[in-house]
Amino acid sequence: MLQLIIKRLLVAIPVLIIVASLTFFLVRLAPGGPFDSEKAVSPQVLKNLNEAYNLNATLYEQYTDYMTNALVGDFGPSFRYPGRSVSEMILTGLPVTLELAFYAIIFASILGLLAGIVAAVKKNTALDYIPMAIAMLGICMPTFLLGPLLVLVFGINLEWMPVSGWDSLPGDKVLPAITLGAAYAAYIARLSRGGMLETLNQDYIRTARAKGLSEFKVVMVHAIRGGLIPVLAFLGPAIAGLIGGSFVVETIFQIPGLGRFYVEAAFNRDYTMILGTTIFFSALIIFFNLLSDIAVAIFNPQART
Amino acid sequence: MKYFSLCVALFLISCGKSISPVDSGLENKIFHFGNGSEPQGLDPHIVTGVPEHHLITALCEGLVIANPKGGPNLPGVAQNWSISEDGRVYTFNLNPQAKWSNGDDVTAQDFVWSWMRILTPSLGSQYPDMLYYIKNAAAYHMEEISNFSEVGVKAIDKKTLEVTLEQPYSFFIKLLSHYSTYAVHKDTVLAHGTIDDRNGEWTRPGNFVCNGPMQLKSWELNKKIVVEKNPFYWDIDKVQLNEMHFYPVSNESTEDRMFRAGQLHVTNVVPQEKCPVYLRENNPYLRIDPYVGTYFYRINTLNPVLKDKRVRKALSMSINRKQIVENVSQCGQKAAYSFTPPGISGYEPDTAIPFSPEEAKALLGEAGFPNGEGFPKLEILFNTQEGHRKIALAVQQMWQQYLGIQVELVNTDWKVYLSREMIGDFQISRAGWIGDYEDPNTFLDLMRPNRGNNKTGWDNYEYDALIELANSQQDEVKRYEILNKAEKILIDEMPVIPIYTYVRQYQLSSDVQGWDPNPTDTHHPKFVSLER
Repeated sequence: MLQLIIKRLLVAIPVLIIVASLTFFLVRLAPGGPFDSEKAVSPQVLKNLNEAYNLNATLYEQYTDYMTNALVGDFGPSFRYPGRSVSEMILTGLPVTLELAFYAIIFASILGLLAGIVAAVKKNTALDYIPMAIAMLGICMPTFLLGPLLVLVFGINLEWMPVSGWDSLPGDKVLPAITLGAAYAAYIARLSRGGMLETLNQDYIRTARAKGLSEFKVVMVHAIRGGLIPVLAFLGPAIAGLIGGSFVVETIFQIPGLGRFYVEAAFNRDYTMILGTTIFFSALIIFFNLLSDIAVAIFNPQART
Repeated sequence: MKYFSLCVALFLISCGKSISPVDSGLENKIFHFGNGSEPQGLDPHIVTGVPEHHLITALCEGLVIANPKGGPNLPGVAQNWSISEDGRVYTFNLNPQAKWSNGDDVTAQDFVWSWMRILTPSLGSQYPDMLYYIKNAAAYHMEEISNFSEVGVKAIDKKTLEVTLEQPYSFFIKLLSHYSTYAVHKDTVLAHGTIDDRNGEWTRPGNFVCNGPMQLKSWELNKKIVVEKNPFYWDIDKVQLNEMHFYPVSNESTEDRMFRAGQLHVTNVVPQEKCPVYLRENNPYLRIDPYVGTYFYRINTLNPVLKDKRVRKALSMSINRKQIVENVSQCGQKAAYSFTPPGISGYEPDTAIPFSPEEAKALLGEAGFPNGEGFPKLEILFNTQEGHRKIALAVQQMWQQYLGIQVELVNTDWKVYLSREMIGDFQISRAGWIGDYEDPNTFLDLMRPNRGNNKTGWDNYEYDALIELANSQQDEVKRYEILNKAEKILIDEMPVIPIYTYVRQYQLSSDVQGWDPNPTDTHHPKFVSLER
């Protein structure tokens, strides 16, 4: 296990360096600069701004400066928000995004596993077809459609939930978590159904049944361990995807998470913010993939190499 | 299963109808403000943009404030002022009661230091040109002189400020309501950095000191900014709001839903697709107010074909503006027949752009392209947005139909669009200009030859001389006459094709009182209250 962790961490370092370097040069290749605005700034002002942000140095100097600082966790000041450092903005948005992802994954796991296990146990019955059809719908429905729909029904028509906000009004986290988690619930349902079906056909399950164990015990004690391996392998990238892909939900529900900073930074050519968030998201993806591998290894000894 | 359903039902009931922020705001005098996007910051000398304008109007105050009903500015920190006979020297008497939010007196020296700050080149302010009308201000900013005492601003005593202009600019008072001319609290700025520090933390809650009707209470990034009544404000008796909550809602649909659910008193915009619907339904909350802005097409006059003014005029005369505002933009915009929106401070441009496809065709023929034959394919550049695309489609169709020319639409992201405009890599581009202050000069000055925002390559020295001449006039009637002559040249030469005059379209709760329409869309909190 330790070997696995060390191996993954050693691979992570060059990956992060490559991601940072590529991003650094790609954002500078993109047309337009951080100080372009509809009200054009004079050449004098532009020169002063470039000086203030070290943009008049050579690209190589900027790159080495940036990478040296990034190594010690200093991603520099935001170009878009004077007075704010990129690290500060990441640390402000991250807890919100993590919390949102946490609720979404809890919702997705509970709903998805319940539907998947029931569908597998009650194969080829209504309890299989209906949840799986809904799951397919969940996979197909984009969040930018589901979110406003939920808001219209539960927020505006029924007035049960706030239509937006985060930690502002009671219940304001429910709809964002459902919106973000819905598609993942659907994937988990389909994966757990497949995994459980395969496991339920194994010899050791037949043995358990032959020994006279109740069906509940067979499923929840013996089958679930093998049946959930595909779900566990999916959860790592899924959590990373939830964190990185929360931009749409954050925008629909006016949530002050990291996703909005990330996307807006690209539109604003906020070089340091783009770099900082990209490096950070890459590290998160690597981390959650590693967690997922560890979880799979715990459940499946064959994967411990 | 029974218990599960019960739990869900109980949960939903617990989340059920509760008092909305707008309802509770009425009781607590808290105003909920849809503010567009997260402000860049709160430093009036560094930031630009509309959300920042709303916040700084609440937090700080200049020598004068914008008139809530439009028209001449009202006294702000300056209680009154006098102008010398030659129109060059302004003497401002500051209000003895004017204080910073920490209780310090606002002094004339504060303005001197603050204007020195905005003119300090290394600060990288984007609005130093607002003060270029002051003697030697441009020279100081361009580093041609280094001694600030040579700049025409000085404190005669603690409460008297004297400003000397390069020449008698009669609109000078008008631009002093713009936030870039506001004073900042010197000790606070210097406690958190140097005079030219863009990243100083003086604008953070707990540090921020300014002199407006409100003071900064809290700032949660991308969530909301809360400002509360400033007890040291000189006109505190007029301030009826206890707090204002500014929400950076960049998504128009989200903002619309927040308004409908009673989470906002005012929205920043109305979603474009909703505007015609609300108009049809006579939505009582929809407000369409005049706005000092023009939507236009910018022509690259350095282009071999477009350098011919007959071609430019032909393009302009074959656009049916009435049809565009009635059937395309559909939200109360007014067809524009001048570059300066009519009615700014009483200025009425005396120009006309007839919709005349026949005349346009004839002009194009004269330019060597009869029936559009031989005319190269034109490109309309615009930044990706549905509204711009619809207008570009309409114009494309009109030019194709009336002039027989082929037009290609090119949409790019905002920064690519700006960069292409800046380096002249376009033929025709969509553009918009919102005036910084309530005077025709904020529009007409734009098209002078050496202005960075001209971007058309058009340099007409007769036009330039007229603007310069108008600037030296103290008599408003005479000045407007001269500006009108310049405007006629501009419309005759047509380096820009005006399409419509902007309006401000938004939703406003019926609880809000004192929110009067005005061309610069400035709503000073001391005039706003909540009543039902």
